[in-house]
Amino acid sequence: MTIYYTREHEWISVEGDSATVGITDFAQAQLGDIVFVDVPAAGTQVTKGGEAAVVESVKAASDVYAPVSGQVSEGNAALEADPSLVNSAAETDGWFFKLTLSDNHELSGLMSAEEYKTFCDAQ
Amino acid sequence: MSDGPEQTLPLDAWHRARGARMVPFAGYLMPIQYEGIIAEHRWTRASAGLFDVSHMGQLIIAGDDLDAALEAVLPADLSLLKDGRLRYSLLLNDEGGVVDDLMVTRRDDHFYLVVNGATKHGDIAHLRARLPDAVDLDHLTGHALLALQGPKAVDALARLAPGVEALTFMTGGAFSLAETAAWISRSGYTGEDGFEISIAAEDAESVADLLLAQPEVKPIGLGARDSLRLEAGLPLYGHDLDEQTTPIQADLGFAISRRRKEQGGFPGAARIQHELANGAITRRVGLAVLGRQPVREGALVIDAEGNEVGKVTSGGFSPMLEAPLAMGYVPLAMAEAGTAIRLASRGKIFEAKVVPMPFVPHRYQRKGAAK
Repeated sequence: MTIYYTREHEWISVEGDSATVGITDFAQAQLGDIVFVDVPAAGTQVTKGGEAAVVESVKAASDVYAPVSGQVSEGNAALEADPSLVNSAAETDGWFFKLTLSDNHELSGLMSAEEYKTFCDAQ
Repeated sequence: MSDGPEQTLPLDAWHRARGARMVPFAGYLMPIQYEGIIAEHRWTRASAGLFDVSHMGQLIIAGDDLDAALEAVLPADLSLLKDGRLRYSLLLNDEGGVVDDLMVTRRDDHFYLVVNGATKHGDIAHLRARLPDAVDLDHLTGHALLALQGPKAVDALARLAPGVEALTFMTGGAFSLAETAAWISRSGYTGEDGFEISIAAEDAESVADLLLAQPEVKPIGLGARDSLRLEAGLPLYGHDLDEQTTPIQADLGFAISRRRKEQGGFPGAARIQHELANGAITRRVGLAVLGRQPVREGALVIDAEGNEVGKVTSGGFSPMLEAPLAMGYVPLAMAEAGTAIRLASRGKIFEAKVVPMPFVPHRYQRKGAAK
């Protein structure tokens, strides 16, 4: 299992051609109290860089982009009942959706944990 | 509002030392939040929150024939405004549009005005252009303004400034706050009981420290200030009010005193008197949005055919009701409480209904009201 990060502050945990996507702890801290999450339904086709989910804090709505292209296999139903899971466990229980990758080569442009930390420190 | 680098306020370092996240607002760097908007919001409704609102413009207006001069720019009946009393009022353009909303206080031989931070320089230009030369306008740039809001604000503040407990809603006076001279009024922007405290900028840190040392008090950022005022149904200038909106459309007719409604003599009076007699075409209403997803400023109000007939001007999530709330402008025929409203935002349709404001009851300490 390898975890990659995007410049839009999503994480993607990849195992073979399956992956789990969420927003980073850095992102949830920037957004503040999260009150609503709209995750894609199973079967949805997402495109790398395209809008895949919506996260709403008290202050504002933000789009969550798909780090890679693929077909959604599951949206995290727990976020509907408790969106604050994204605040308390952004990189574990607060995951947004799982997908089947259509092209593993798309991972090559993403950041490692170390690169992402450097990226955040520069923000 | 300036586009250049943001200025800092007297409590800038104080906020940072307490973990505030600072953001640009009204040309200043301001604390948006400390521990989190929802926690700060609920703390204010349960106890007492300390807000730094030093970005707001504090003005002194003094001179000859002052009441007549100020009545030419404000729609208030100043003959009813006794010494030490505040009134909510409006600066209006000649078309009856709202230039700003403000608080005006009679203080002995002068008036003290508090205007919005983002609009203060325009307000000053507007007032200077319209007030006679015999009237002086002084911008108190060396003053800070703090607000202490919440049901326990009176307990905390009376410990430091004995006597404030005797103030009632929309009255103020000069007090000694632990030996610091302060002008304190019982007023605010949260719907809660509370106070606004005007002090010299050099006293701001020591006063903020004293207030924060009270067990009832936590610092509260602009984020919770916005969600609190939304629950209280209070409009925010530049969002719910602007120069294209009249007070009648904005449902702020109460800000125009009865004598002034009849006699006019303020900017835009003809338009406003016409709307008072015949109704305005749109009205600001409160909207309860169904579901969990907030609808934001800029969302469209649409009719059954999908035509745009209005817009959302403020929207967010209510920490007390745990539901999305909004305010916006709808055609008069759709402004009745209970009317079903459809909103379009981010490519989705949201169902809402018109509900009376405030969304969360005001808890002001009015004169003569039972405790």
